[in-house]
Parts: sequence; structure tokens; C-alpha cells
Amino acid sequence: MFFLLATLAVAAAVGMLVSRSPVASALWLVLNLFCVAGLYLTLNASFIGVIQILVYAGAIMVLFLFVIMLLNLSALPQLEDIQWTQVAAFAVGVVILAQLLYVTALGLDVPIEPVSAETAAEVGDARLLGKELFTRYALHVEVAAILLLAATVGAVMLAQRRFD
Amino acid sequence: MELARAFSTMAADLPAIFSMIVVSVVGLVMLTVAAFRSDHPSIPWLGVAGMVVASAWELFQLGTEPGTAFFGAIRVGGYAAFINLLVLLAGIATTILSVPYLHRLKHDYGEVYALLMYATVGMILLGSSNSMVSIFVGLETMSVCLYVLAGLIREDEGAVEAALKYFLLGAFSTGFFLYGIALMYGATGTMYLPAMAQADLATAGGTLLFWAGVALFLIGFLFKVSAAPFHMWTPDVYQGSPTPLTGYMSTASKAAAFGSLILVLYYALPAERWTLVLAVVAVITMVVGNVMALSQANVKRMLAYSSIAHAGYILVALAAGTEAAFAGALFYLLVYTVMNIGAFGVMALLEWDGREGRVQTLDSLAGIGTDRPVLGVTMVVFMFSLTGFPPFGGFFGKYAVFAPAVDAGLTWLVLIGVLMSAVSGYYYLRVVYVFWMQDRDDVVDARQASLGGLPPVSRTSQGVLVVCAVGLVAMAFFSGGLIEAATGFFDASAMAAAGGGG
Repeated sequence: MFFLLATLAVAAAVGMLVSRSPVASALWLVLNLFCVAGLYLTLNASFIGVIQILVYAGAIMVLFLFVIMLLNLSALPQLEDIQWTQVAAFAVGVVILAQLLYVTALGLDVPIEPVSAETAAEVGDARLLGKELFTRYALHVEVAAILLLAATVGAVMLAQRRFD
Repeated sequence: MELARAFSTMAADLPAIFSMIVVSVVGLVMLTVAAFRSDHPSIPWLGVAGMVVASAWELFQLGTEPGTAFFGAIRVGGYAAFINLLVLLAGIATTILSVPYLHRLKHDYGEVYALLMYATVGMILLGSSNSMVSIFVGLETMSVCLYVLAGLIREDEGAVEAALKYFLLGAFSTGFFLYGIALMYGATGTMYLPAMAQADLATAGGTLLFWAGVALFLIGFLFKVSAAPFHMWTPDVYQGSPTPLTGYMSTASKAAAFGSLILVLYYALPAERWTLVLAVVAVITMVVGNVMALSQANVKRMLAYSSIAHAGYILVALAAGTEAAFAGALFYLLVYTVMNIGAFGVMALLEWDGREGRVQTLDSLAGIGTDRPVLGVTMVVFMFSLTGFPPFGGFFGKYAVFAPAVDAGLTWLVLIGVLMSAVSGYYYLRVVYVFWMQDRDDVVDARQASLGGLPPVSRTSQGVLVVCAVGLVAMAFFSGGLIEAATGFFDASAMAAAGGGG
């Protein structure tokens, strides 16, 4: 399951990069985001998986598509055709680098302790997350609220003032 | 965690974030007033009043015992109070200096001052943070406000360039920073700085994963303090931003970021690994900053490179890594904040090109000292202090960062630092020479400047500048006591370190 989703996610990311039409790129990105959400679900992080779909694949992608729709696409500079020999050379290079890094990392023994399914399900729980956010991380949530307010005020201030 | 108990703990911890609450609530009030009348003259003074109250509170916290609040999210006590006080004083000075400046450019919107308050809130959280989450949230709050303030004069292409460059590169560095935090968390399983150090000890100095995270984390931090390989944004951003706000960016944000970096180095990282890295970065930063500043014709750009050089001097102290060196760095931050806000404040009052002073040259200000004696004299004080001449705070600041580094065996580093400060004398004293010893009629640019019209003299701004200049001299006299007090923060907090964290 992991390898299926991961391969699909990488393929979707590549598809987003190489497709020549912005709308097709956006749709590839949607596929990629869904695959990542699927990865979260297989890791028992159900809440993050659902949020990923709601926020990224839902809200943000709609915003992207709106922007693409409002832009005058024919006025944008035309992209050049892809040179497939260069792409192939790049892919081979990446594969060799990945192999080298893998071998080096084995030698250095990077310890990553596996997390049991029960802990993962417990940590990914929405109830626990909410509780932590409003107790342990309450201060950070409040300051993040100020951050969002400042960003909104700043954006409105910069966009609204007419040139005088 | 029991909910009822958690809430009562938080209520009891409220005094720990008193200044944050005051500054953000006053910021909200300012925003509400600005919604009805954007250029209401009382808005900046509301902000000043709020920050004065907050700094008075912090002044009384200087002597308190160190500890943590909000479940280990932030530190309280002398160290945090010192950084907060520094940030708040910089905020007060900047607000007062900005009022006549922004009024003249017809950009005196109330939102600007509110954003300044929110940036201050972010810096307070950053400078007193005890966990990686606090560092990140504080850093972002500060940065987002500063991105907006950099691009305030939207009609001018230089300001737009500054804001966009700052935003894009800043967002990029945030990516590094966040990835570094994620790796450090993955390796140690904790976000709290003291707990992180214990996790390192358990694995004999940290794993590869941890140090990869530290490297990315340091890249993010070094970007924010504009250390050398990551300094490319600094000259353009400082040159294009509104001048008093540039002073704020170059001082308060650096003070907060360095304050938090010291906390990370002191609590979370075992010392033996990062000394060489920081020493090399310090060398590159000092050399690049000072050498590039030599050839600048624009004063703001020169001050930008000089601020890179000063980040290098502070990094010398951090590389030494002893408690005395950290205390020296704190004292240096104080001195640097005062003299740099002053230098940018003087330049704000000497702008005649109407483009945030990014076009006018230093030569165009020839002989300005005789026309504007107060500005001329204070600028002389700031320039001598930035060079590090004995009667002013700058000299004692440099002594405070260099002497512990010699004790820690980094004599070669200090040697480069001293040589580079000698180089810096050329471009700082050139400002003094042009201001006082050149005649306006000899320089073509200067005649143009007098035609373009210098801004009118502002009493309040000059008052702030005089206070800064006098403060620099006073700091020189009380440097011993101040450094001793700063060392005290570390002695006491070392004892509290074991108990801190969640």
C-alpha cells in the first residue's frame, strides 16, 4: 500500500512539473495531495489525512484554480518543449545519487525507532490534538492568531491604498 | 493533562506574559482606532504608552529567578526580561522616529504602528522561548510583520523590490528552519530545549539525524541575523525599506534572534561541535561585511553591510560559547541596538530624495553638520561608537565580545575581528569627514540636495537621537556593571536548567 501510494505521489508530482497546461498541472497536484493524504491514513493519522484533503485538496486547490481562471493564460510566456534526453540524464543522476546516499546512510546507522500502530492512532486523534492545542500549546495558538491578524492587516493595507 | 488543572496553571502563569498581553491588546486598540480614522495622531503615542508600560514591568523582572511558564513554552526571569526590554525600547524609539518620517511621506497609517506592535510581540516570544514551537511561532510573527513594513512605500520600486526579496528569501529560509526543527524533534523526541540536551547526552553527543537538523536550523537562524553566506538579501532590503523601520529590522529582530540562538546554544546543544562552524561563519561574516561596506556610496547600504559585520562580531562571542561570552554578546546587542537605531534615525532626518534615501549619496550630505548641528553631533557619536572608539559604548561592547573569545582560545578569530574593525574605521569616519569637514560648494551633489530640500527638523526625533547618544556614553561608564548583571542571568539559569522544560 505504501509503495503504491508513494509511487503514485511521485508520479503525480512529476506530471505536475512536465505538463504544459496550468490546469492540468493543478489537477496533477490534486492527485499528489490525495496520495499524501492516503499515506497519512495508512500511518493511522486519520485526522491529519482528512485535514489534508479538506484544506489542501479542497480549499487551496480551489483558490489555485480560481487564480488560473482569472489570469489571462494566452498572455503568459509560452513554455519551451521539454528535451527528453536531459530529463533522462537527470533521472539517471538522481537514481545513482539515491543509491549512494542509501549506502552511506546504512554505514552511518541512522536510528529511527518504529512507532507502534497504537501510539500512532492515539497521537493522530483529533480529541487529543485539540486538548494539547488548548493546554500545552495555548500560548502558541494565541500568538499564531496575532500572526494571522497581522498578515491580514498587512495584506489589506498593501493592497488597498491607492497611489497618491 | 487534566483540563481544569491546566487552565488554572495557565491563569497563574499570566504575569509571565504580561508585556506580550499589553503590547498585543494595545495593538488591537490601535487597529480599532485606525479603522475609524487611519491617520489619527494619537495612534503611535498609544503604542508608545503600551510599550513603556510593558518595559517598566520588564525592568522589575530583571532581577527575578529564572524559570519557565506555560508548560515550558517560554522562559521567565532575568535573561528573558533583558531581551524583552531591549526589543521594547527599540520599538519605542522606532515608533517615535517613524511619526514625522511617515507623515512626510504621507504613509502615516495607523496600521503601520499596529504591525510594529505585533512584530514586537513576536520578538518577545522569540527572545524568551524555551521550546522549538515558541521559536518558530515567534520568528514567523516577527517576520510577517517585517515583510509588510519593508514594502510600505508601495509606489517606489525600490521598496517593492525590498519587500519581495525579503519575503521570498525569508519564506525559503523558513523552510530550512522548519525542516531542521522536524529532524531535531525526530532525533530527540522533544521540542523543549533543556530536554533536547538530555536526549543528546543519552546518545553520546547526538545522532547524525540530530546534527543534520541542527545544520538546517542554523541556516534558518543565520539567515535571519544576516550572517555571511546567507546575507545577500540584507543590502537591498535595508536600502529599500523606510529608514526608521530599517533601523528596527536591523536591531530588534537581530536582538531577538540572537537572544533565542543563545538560548538554543546554551541549553540544547553540546558545545564541542558547533564552535568551529560558528567561528568560520563569523570570519566570513566580518570580512564580507566590512570589505563590502568600504565601496558603498549610499549611507543606508553602507549601514546594511556594517550590520552584517556586527553580526559577525556577535558570532565571535557565540563561537567562544562560555557564559562570559554570552553575557558579552548580550551587552553588545544592547549597545548595537542603541547606536544602529540612532544612525538610521539620523539618516531618516537627512533624506531629500523622496525615495527612502536609497538614491542619495553620502557626498550629497557634505557639510550638513553646520546646518543640522544636533544631527551632525549625534551622528559623530554613533559613527565613533560603531567603529569602537574608547569613550563610547561600542568600544566596551567589542571588548566584551572579544575578551571572552581570547580566554576560550580563539585568539586567531579575535585577531581577524580587531583587524576588520580597523578597516571599518575608514567607512564610518568617512561619514564624519563628509558631514563636518567638507564644504557644500565643493560637491556637485550637495548643491542639488539643498535645492531638493531637507526635511524639517523634528523635535521629538532629535530628542530620541540625543537620548540614544547620551545612552551610549552612559553605557560606557556602566559597562562593567551591565556585563556583570548579564553574566548573572547565566549563572542562575544554569541551575534552573535542570528543572526547566516539560
